[in-house]
Amino acid sequence: MDFEYSDEQKLLAETLRKFLNTGYGFDARAKIVAGPAGWSEDVWAVLAEMGILSVPFDAEHGGFGGTTVDMMVVMEALGEFLVVEPYLATVGLGGRFVARGGSSAQQQRILPTLIQGKLKMAFAQTEPGARYDLRQVSARATKSGDGWVLEGDKRMVLHGGNADLLVVSARTSGGARDADGISLFLVERTAPAVTVTEYRTLDNLRVADVKLADVRVGREALLGGEGRGFALAEEVVDYATALVCAEAVGAIKYAHDATLDYLKTRRQFGVPIGSFQALQHRMVDILISYEQARSIACLACVKVDSADAAERRRAVSAAKIKIADACRHVSQEAVQLHGGMGMTEELKISHTFRRLTSIAQAFGDADYHLERFATLG
Amino acid sequence: MDLNYSPEESAFRDEVRAWIRENLSDELRDKVLNYRELSKDELLGWHKLLARKGWVAPFWPKEWGGTDWSVVQRYIFEEECGAAGTPIVVPFGVRMCAPVLLRFGTDAQKQRFLPRIYNGDDFWVQGYSEPGSGSDLASLKTRALRDGDSYVVTGQKIWTTLGHYGDWIFCLVRTDSKTEKRQDGISFLLVDMKTPGITVRPIILMDQGHEVNEVFFDEVRVPAENLVHEEGKGWTVAKYLLGYERMGTGNIAGSKRELARLKKMAGPLLDDPRFRDRLTRVEVELMALEITNMRFLDQLRGGRAPGAEVSLLKIKGTEIQQAITELMMQTAGPFAQAFRPVNGESAFDRLTASLVPRYCNVRKATIYAGSNEIQRNIIAKATLGL
Ligand SMILES: Cc1cc2nc3c(=O)[nH]c(=O)nc-3n(C[C@H](O)[C@H](O)[C@H](O)COP(=O)(O)OP(=O)(O)OC[C@H]3O[C@@H](n4cnc5c(N)ncnc54)[C@H](O)[C@@H]3O)c2cc1C
Repeated sequence: MDFEYSDEQKLLAETLRKFLNTGYGFDARAKIVAGPAGWSEDVWAVLAEMGILSVPFDAEHGGFGGTTVDMMVVMEALGEFLVVEPYLATVGLGGRFVARGGSSAQQQRILPTLIQGKLKMAFAQTEPGARYDLRQVSARATKSGDGWVLEGDKRMVLHGGNADLLVVSARTSGGARDADGISLFLVERTAPAVTVTEYRTLDNLRVADVKLADVRVGREALLGGEGRGFALAEEVVDYATALVCAEAVGAIKYAHDATLDYLKTRRQFGVPIGSFQALQHRMVDILISYEQARSIACLACVKVDSADAAERRRAVSAAKIKIADACRHVSQEAVQLHGGMGMTEELKISHTFRRLTSIAQAFGDADYHLERFATLG
Repeated sequence: MDLNYSPEESAFRDEVRAWIRENLSDELRDKVLNYRELSKDELLGWHKLLARKGWVAPFWPKEWGGTDWSVVQRYIFEEECGAAGTPIVVPFGVRMCAPVLLRFGTDAQKQRFLPRIYNGDDFWVQGYSEPGSGSDLASLKTRALRDGDSYVVTGQKIWTTLGHYGDWIFCLVRTDSKTEKRQDGISFLLVDMKTPGITVRPIILMDQGHEVNEVFFDEVRVPAENLVHEEGKGWTVAKYLLGYERMGTGNIAGSKRELARLKKMAGPLLDDPRFRDRLTRVEVELMALEITNMRFLDQLRGGRAPGAEVSLLKIKGTEIQQAITELMMQTAGPFAQAFRPVNGESAFDRLTASLVPRYCNVRKATIYAGSNEIQRNIIAKATLGL
């Protein structure tokens, strides 16, 4: 076993952090989220230029050929700085779908452009009432001539409003909760009959409802085998879940550092509040949560690439359970120990609180993953 | 011991319920239930309705408008208000300033302020906390220097809830900075917010709402007759008031309503034993707290000021409030994040869209009115003698 990041990984982290430190401070971020798009083309271009968009993809498409541990390094930094650009949606979900399930023609068409920062993606999956169940797909795809006609009502699509290309899950056969019969399609967001309604989330990301009303796509739009989309979706969502766990570790680390700093500098009763033993123990528990979160995120990022699907599922669900708990615990305690200041829009800690709250429920809350883990045996 | 309601108590409940049904507009109720901001007029409007009915200050002495209700009746009243989704009666006048005036005020002060507080003629707010003085309130620095018939007040208050609606603010100020004990230099002063030299600036909280403010005082002249109790005795006043302040913060009636809604919202999740257990634990905790609350209120009969036992109600009550918002977020699942449409109308019902802001907002409950850490310190010291 080796728990250290490699020199290459350290360099990657350093380069990214250096940019974020200078170009993505809290004020710069505030300007970005206040803008009409809610994210920055310029930042996206820099991420492309630095090769951050290329990390997990194969060299033949212009990628860096990195592992998920390399991605962990990236996600941690994005979490620490609360980056709102559509990295997870494009690289972690869309790009991963293409890399894992796409034909070589699809990969050639999409991945190099994506890596250059010229194509953004999103995964349109969630439907009303489906909660986190990937099997629950009612959207339909019907064969028509040489292609397909899609119809469906997708909700809460992460960065769906600014994606160029959507991966849409739709049923080509089977009943509403069957794993079999789900197929995945690549759909241009600007295609006729695709309607997008964009929302702002409280953690200042963008999500969208995507309505597909008789959307015609060609045969080449099918991603992976017909009716076999579930296994691919599950694998990719596991991957994205591992990434979001790593993102949480970065945000938790920030919350830890900021709170510790506050305990040392905020004075009441003539002493730093960190001198109160009641608060010292609370701070220690934050530290414990952070260390445990980091460990389980490492485990998920290492195992998510495993060829053994059962091992992958176990590690990812275990991670998401711990991370969801840690997100809640640390975010709530960080705000509490900041007193009134922790409640304000003005302080980064409240934004970190919101991102952690959101991550706790992303790709399944703790209960969902408890159930999944328990039934894996 | 009898934990059942008597026929008279049940009849009282019916009376309250019927009155609320007649007087609470659907629009107002809808706003409360969807956690929307209420305007000053809406808050005072409800206050005035209750005042006209004679129910706005049940716990005041009868001669000033109190109702002489039993502890149980008072609880029934609050429970019905909570269940129906009435606006709260803003506590700063009725629950906080008034008990102080009743206990420490001069006759002239009582005559001048109590009827106006009762009738909702003025909107009162609380000016205690300062940037450097939160939990450690006695370190406050806002100074009030005597100059002839006036005090001249200079300094800053922070976190002033609804300060932007305020007509009057009651403040703790430092009238003497040289006392051996810091507490002895503090006085309790009533300030008309229209006085020149006062500036109110909004603080936006993380739910994007505007409910708290900074209030700046720049050489504000306050007539000396607005001093309550003696100069330098403000801390005694503040300590007396704190018990009353905390009494309302458990918000048991509100939690009962929210819990009932949570059950409705949960839908299919109620079949999930994990979720159901979590929900049941909160419900059971609330059931216990309801009785604890009445036991404690019962001990206060005869006019004893509330003491450390109120801290327990505050701790548990606020923890329950927070637990409910957390479970509500869980029921909404992936939808718990949608907050505001970028353009145009939301496809979400307003309740779902309000769940995250609400969850964020209620984090304040364990911080304000004396943080829960401070409440535990109080119990440790006052009740346990540690
Ligand atoms: C939404 C909201 C509304 C408010 N409304 C009003 C209002 O209308 N009027 C008003 O005057 N004030 C108001 N307050 C202020 C509130 O009373 C203070 O925020 C509170 O007293 C805590 O003070 P602080 O924020 O300075 O935190 P601090 O006192 O700096 O505390 C920071 C952390 O340290 C902990 N801590 C401090 N001392 C100790 C100790 N001895 N032992 C253990 N832990 C300790 C606290 O519990 C907290 O977790 C409001 C606050 C909020 C958030």
